Amino acid sequence: MAEKVKKATRESYGEALRELAEEYPRVVVLDADLAEATKTALFRDAYPERFIDCGIAECNMVGVAAGLASCGKIPFATSFAMFSAGRAYEQVRNSVGYPRLNVKIVGSHAGVSVGEDGATHQCCEDIALMRTVPGMVVLNPADHYEMKAAVKAAVEWKGPVYIRLGRLAVESFNNSDGYSFELGKGITLRDGKDLTIIATGLMVSRALEAVKNLERQGVDARLINIHTIKPIDRELVVRAARETGKIITVEEHSVIGGLGDAVCGVLSGECPVRVVKIGVNDQYGHSGPAQDLLDEFGLNADHIAETARKVMERS
Amino acid sequence: MNAAEKKKLQILACKVRLGAIEGVYRAKSGHPGGSLSAADLFTYLYFREMRVDPANPGDENRDRFVLSKGHSAPGLYAALALKGYFPMEEISRLRRIGAMLQGHPDMKGTPGVDMSTGSLGQGFSAACGMALAGKMDRRDYRVFTLLGDGEIEEGEIWEAAMFAAHHRLDHLCVIVDNNGLQIDGSVEEVAGPAPIDEKFRAFGFDVQTIDGHSFDEIEKALNHAKTVRGNPCAILAKTVKGKGVSFMENQAGWHGKAPNDEQYAVARNDLNKILRRLEAE
Repeated sequence: MAEKVKKATRESYGEALRELAEEYPRVVVLDADLAEATKTALFRDAYPERFIDCGIAECNMVGVAAGLASCGKIPFATSFAMFSAGRAYEQVRNSVGYPRLNVKIVGSHAGVSVGEDGATHQCCEDIALMRTVPGMVVLNPADHYEMKAAVKAAVEWKGPVYIRLGRLAVESFNNSDGYSFELGKGITLRDGKDLTIIATGLMVSRALEAVKNLERQGVDARLINIHTIKPIDRELVVRAARETGKIITVEEHSVIGGLGDAVCGVLSGECPVRVVKIGVNDQYGHSGPAQDLLDEFGLNADHIAETARKVMERS
Repeated sequence: MNAAEKKKLQILACKVRLGAIEGVYRAKSGHPGGSLSAADLFTYLYFREMRVDPANPGDENRDRFVLSKGHSAPGLYAALALKGYFPMEEISRLRRIGAMLQGHPDMKGTPGVDMSTGSLGQGFSAACGMALAGKMDRRDYRVFTLLGDGEIEEGEIWEAAMFAAHHRLDHLCVIVDNNGLQIDGSVEEVAGPAPIDEKFRAFGFDVQTIDGHSFDEIEKALNHAKTVRGNPCAILAKTVKGKGVSFMENQAGWHGKAPNDEQYAVARNDLNKILRRLEAE
């Protein structure tokens, strides 16, 4: 039975940690004074002895996580994406990535949908940064069910993982049962032959809406959900390029170094086709309601559909 | 410690220094100054203080050592080799392609290295994580980390110091290799971290200041550290950068430079003289 829930993926993350705690006693959770916002408070309140508030000191938090992992723990080091992936980038690279320690770096409040807090907190570079760390797995789940499955997969994966969380509530499109998450495997949400839209995270539900609109207008678009940006599902991406010839990527992230570049990186070598990247175009965000910002930056169904129509016209 | 035990440590420390010089000379690069200043500390930790077994370097109950000032790796490597973690011959391949011994410590490739370090400031945080894991799991191992006095200019050091005191990591012992020099000159001229002892005290540490080349003082300080409850310990070890090699002593220029053939001969001669004197006494 498909139960629809409207929930931010940060909340799904907190719930997942709490639910996995008994089965995985080595899991510990670290936060940097943002437990209520990142929802690690859900874990903290149930398992206070396995929760470490590191205070406003993200670089130390990542280093502490590395030390904990070297002693067999599975730490989830959590803060806003700007700080866990941004501020502590070098600690992630040198203390976690290089020794290949079993630390999960978690970045909440990613993208412009942070909203009112404005540019300093709207991290649109985390995926790019985390992709550059050798051996780092980069996950960007799209809805409640996907996030819960992704957290479990991250616990079971031995090695560094980055997980991106969103602030904004998103209506689930996956089912409570029958959803299967496989690390590194994209999911074709809708088949189509005219072009392929490849979306990630918050943008997947927007892209689903766009695909439905396009269908009414006679455009048969394929939609792929990429929850694992690294390692990316090369086979699925290449097949989409071969079969549909045109690709649009959609991400709430800079067009530099994110999903779009990962897709181009695969296709330029294996099946060069036209790729149009929708994302944040080398800009900072600013304050405002999340939904208005997403519209302003073209991160909505209308702009995705409009872009698709233009791509079809030009072909 | 009786006279014979002390002499044994002094001889070992001299061999650590010879090993560090050998590695840096063969590699034609590396960091002799801080390896020599910390040699007596490495020696005491590995040969008298820490509960470690080279035959079982992954033992979950072992004491941990994190060389937060990772560039002093040649000194650490020599101590680990003497302890029996790997053959001393590895030292002569230091920094080469395919070598076990990297320019800075690599826990994946080198038995006995508990944390990969080299980017200053980060090892201390990892040591805090190890100490916290021990506390969570009710294990009785202890954690030691060696910082440079230049390294403590990194902000992360003070984040970690706050963390250690807040979590009452009294089985964590921080040692500062206070040789007074960093790459650009004396630490006082470059960034002035003094007063180091008062800073650590203000951050909640039990602080002792010792001569980092006196095994009696090192022993006394580490024995005291074992008895401290509720606070982490900091030992400020006053040392001489380049200790034991006449032309390297107190010279910032020997922070990260390899000796040439003539200098290598002088350095070996200096250290061998000390070694012969100790062995003859």
